[in-house]
Amino acid sequence: MAFAIQFVIDVLSLGGAYALMALGLVIIYGILRLVNFAYGELIMVAGYTMYLSSGSGLPWLVMATLAVGMAVLFGILTDYAAFRPVRAKSVTAVLITSFAFSNLLQNAALLFISPRPRNVPLPEIFSQTISIGGAITPVRNLITIAASIVLLAGVAFLMRKTTLGIAMRAAATNFTMARMLGVPANLIISSAFALSGFLAGVVGILWIGRIGTVVPGVGLEPLLVAFIATVIGGMRSLPGAVVGGFLLALIDTTLNYTLSQDLLKFRDAFTFSLVILILLWRPQGLIKGPASGQRT
Amino acid sequence: MKHSYLTAVILIAVIAAVAVGSQVLGIRLYDRIATNLLISLVLVVGLQTFMGNSGLLSFAHIGFMGLGAYTSAVLTIPAQMKGMALPDLYGFMKAVEISPLLAMFAAGLVAAVVAAVVAYPLMRLSDAAAVITSFALLVVLYTVMNNWSAFTNGPRTLFGLPKTTELPVAAIVAAIVVVVALVFKESRTGKLLRASREDEVAAAALGANIPHLRWRAFILAAFIAGIGGALWGHFITSFAPKAFYLKETFLIITMLVIGGANTVTGAVAGTILVTVAYEGLRGTEGALNATAAAAGQVVGLTEIVLALAMIAVMIVKPGGLFPNREIGHILNRTRRKKEIATP
Repeated sequence: MAFAIQFVIDVLSLGGAYALMALGLVIIYGILRLVNFAYGELIMVAGYTMYLSSGSGLPWLVMATLAVGMAVLFGILTDYAAFRPVRAKSVTAVLITSFAFSNLLQNAALLFISPRPRNVPLPEIFSQTISIGGAITPVRNLITIAASIVLLAGVAFLMRKTTLGIAMRAAATNFTMARMLGVPANLIISSAFALSGFLAGVVGILWIGRIGTVVPGVGLEPLLVAFIATVIGGMRSLPGAVVGGFLLALIDTTLNYTLSQDLLKFRDAFTFSLVILILLWRPQGLIKGPASGQRT
Repeated sequence: MKHSYLTAVILIAVIAAVAVGSQVLGIRLYDRIATNLLISLVLVVGLQTFMGNSGLLSFAHIGFMGLGAYTSAVLTIPAQMKGMALPDLYGFMKAVEISPLLAMFAAGLVAAVVAAVVAYPLMRLSDAAAVITSFALLVVLYTVMNNWSAFTNGPRTLFGLPKTTELPVAAIVAAIVVVVALVFKESRTGKLLRASREDEVAAAALGANIPHLRWRAFILAAFIAGIGGALWGHFITSFAPKAFYLKETFLIITMLVIGGANTVTGAVAGTILVTVAYEGLRGTEGALNATAAAAGQVVGLTEIVLALAMIAVMIVKPGGLFPNREIGHILNRTRRKKEIATP
């Protein structure tokens, strides 16, 4: 029983974080049909903001807000630096500019801060553990679950009930048509980047809360997770991204518990091979997105 | 002269000029840079055969280079050194020791076979999903290289490869690879693949089996990458798995994209341009480190400048320096125009 609870909490907390990461990526992809390779660096930005503000004596929540704010800012900056100038030209061009922008941010952190890991301030509660039905689990896992429930509900509300959300979904379904009906393209794209940055910022704090330190390459793993989750879930569907995130967490956690020590080193290889198998079965991903319109 | 022959002649002349030029100068440092350049050329032209013809971005290329390098290493490290270099190697492999040339071919074959097996399902994907899965494939290959201690000595440095890659060897391989890439581009497979790049639906309607065409190109690219990896391994003689990861991927993609992914000429031009810029910036970085020792190490400056250059090229010339036509084609056209102008 204790094991079952432990397993469920592990899957839900990891899955919640994965789902948020994937959601941040899909929001952009849904509208622009373009992958943001610099997405992981938004998480890095959140981490370094926490590190840089750690000496200031501000309350932790203020620092966390600041970190999320910086992630939002850099999200919008990504749009201006890497997407807007080349967006209309070719898919490959944007993939490459966002890849270059990601490299730029990483190496800037390397050059101006340090290649070595830096400690990130964390509140007491992140390192405490709690016992539920005999299973001992870190409180931060429960925080992650709570945060992901709140955020997923928030994003669902935003997308379904508000004008901005409806406009974004309209843009994702048929961008040209949406523009003709008076949806301002640049504003919608910038807000999508802001939302993506916001999710990355929150995930960044939760993710770095697990590790405790930030390095220039910290964004790689979340980026990969988001990639794989979105490919499994179906590249263009928001619910698909969430399903993909939880499914990936389930695969990862199961492998964690079942693989022997020798094979555990190859866990990533197993996970990605499973993904290839899923794609063999359903090349479109598990959940189909809205009917495809022309890329603009 | 048919323009692809002219292109081949010009590109081979460029390779020869790089090789001979460095020999004439006779400076050890330039020798090293020129060999490095020619090895990069093999890799970049290899990537071009897939990326240029299919229009899909592939991140896994460096992973196949790593496979090639390790295959060649396992086959060529002298038997008496194997106990030290690869302590966990399986018993039956311990006595194997073949000539580097044969090992280079084997390296290409291993990379091609692995590519053939893993890539078949992936080639059905298009656009972003294809790019993302190729990225995942790079991670898988890296994870395997990093952990399969028996063959790769784990994350530690593997040493003891015989140094057999000299400048002429690299130049000959580079020239062969350029010819192969040009032949492939003009072959039936290459032409159909390029048709699918321009319009997937129209090409499929004409009966092109797109996943299969892409699969062939991918195998060829992996074969060339494997050969490039073996070449590099016997040049550098000791390396660790992290030599085959994101930084190098970024570098070869920069080379190809700045030059123009659609043409072999672009691949060659981009490699030369970026190598020169890279070595120059590395030198500057080194000089800065030497003078401003108190301010700490300058790291990452080279990559920052390259990233900025890449974004700038994409904004100004999204197709790279040679977006559509090979050099031979361009020369033929200008000559014909002159003939028409002056009868």
